[in-house]
Amino acid sequence: MAAKSALLKSSLAKKYWMSLTGLFLILFLITHLAGNLVLLQAPEVAAPAFNEYTEFMTTFPLIKIISYVLYFSILFHAVDGILILSRENRNARPIQYAHSKPQNNSIWASRNMGVLGTAILVFIVLHMANFWFKYKFTELPMGAGDLPDMYGLVVASFQEGWYSAIYVVSMIILGFHLWHGFESSFQTLGLNHKKYTPVIKVIGKVYSVVVPALFAIIPIYLFLNS
Amino acid sequence: MKLTLKIWRQKNATAQGKMETYQVSDISEHMSFLEMMDVLNEQLIAEGKEPVAFDHDCREGICGSCSMYINGQPHGPRQATTTCQLHMREFNDGDTIYIEPWRAKAFPVMKDLVVDRSAFDRIIQSGGYVSVNTSGNTLDANAIPIPKEDADEAFNAATCIGCGACVAACKNASAMLFVSAKVSQLSLLPQGQVERKERVLNMVDQMDKEGFGNCTNTGACSVECPKEISLENIARMNRDYLAASVTK
Repeated sequence: MAAKSALLKSSLAKKYWMSLTGLFLILFLITHLAGNLVLLQAPEVAAPAFNEYTEFMTTFPLIKIISYVLYFSILFHAVDGILILSRENRNARPIQYAHSKPQNNSIWASRNMGVLGTAILVFIVLHMANFWFKYKFTELPMGAGDLPDMYGLVVASFQEGWYSAIYVVSMIILGFHLWHGFESSFQTLGLNHKKYTPVIKVIGKVYSVVVPALFAIIPIYLFLNS
Repeated sequence: MKLTLKIWRQKNATAQGKMETYQVSDISEHMSFLEMMDVLNEQLIAEGKEPVAFDHDCREGICGSCSMYINGQPHGPRQATTTCQLHMREFNDGDTIYIEPWRAKAFPVMKDLVVDRSAFDRIIQSGGYVSVNTSGNTLDANAIPIPKEDADEAFNAATCIGCGACVAACKNASAMLFVSAKVSQLSLLPQGQVERKERVLNMVDQMDKEGFGNCTNTGACSVECPKEISLENIARMNRDYLAASVTK
């Protein structure tokens, strides 16, 4: 009886799916970053390379399939996290403490995953509206490599100071989210081991600093070179 | 020492409660926190007022009865200590101390600082046992060889006194540390293998029904636990539950 809902409806199941979609998004960020780093090269190299990369990412069949998994993961992670888990967790304590010192027992990021995640979701919507939507649903002018000029769109966007600033702040928020999320996803799946957990924790901390930092360097670089 | 106490007062389960302020003086630093509460209650009785209701029993840190969310932390500021083992030397003359009941939907306040923790009993009933034939030919438990490491881990999990500090500390009022300790103490031992899958499925199921929140791995539970139950138990339960739900 209990087993029936165990993989779908139980509190642990919701966490497993949270963890799996989160880990997938962590993997995705690496591939996304690898592509973006092209932008740090000189314009004459970066422009055709980035346009080709964009063309490849939107047409190669395997990537297309993975992109649907990605859309699903983002939506699932957000709905499960914000609408279901956070709401249930709030309901589990209807009366708050008059005096509480959570900073004595846990880190700030771990207690604010819902808020951090919501901010990241807002960023993703903005990010996709500006790049993904324009690429898919509007006619971009042709640019280097005789391809739609995604490079031009990116460079023009980041020449706006406020737009670059949103990206940098969002990456800091992402860093905090990952600081707790990375190791937490392993704990949720029960992947805990005396030998490997300390390694996973170190990788998680390094990842949550290095990856968002590298992402953030791109708008800063493009803004300063504008 | 002189202290200002801000204590949650609530007449019964349905009444509206509120924080009330009391003054106590001549508190010795050698008193336990509960002895300080006894002094307050004697004072209240002498004044013809209703004493503060709180749970307590053994007063030696092993029964799990005492609760109290003291100055923003379950069982007060000292690590690995129950309220009854907390001494007034942890506080200073003139301090203001906030004393609140455990806050969780699954632990409704009955009166003042007393909460109903029978949700834990129902979780235990749903699977926190081993079925052993007691016909007279029962195998002595000590006759079964168990690696020292496993026995130690099971024993560490078994030191959980079920006080509910984990729930009180968790921002989600999650009972994962308690339930995982109770699952682990049996699943680590040979006697617990027969019902291993059923146990974890049923206990988590009951935990969910009681209205506790979900675990977000903040680790607050383990930090505040008077018995320092490890988060490894939660990982073990996550693992066991996943395996059981796939194969059962």
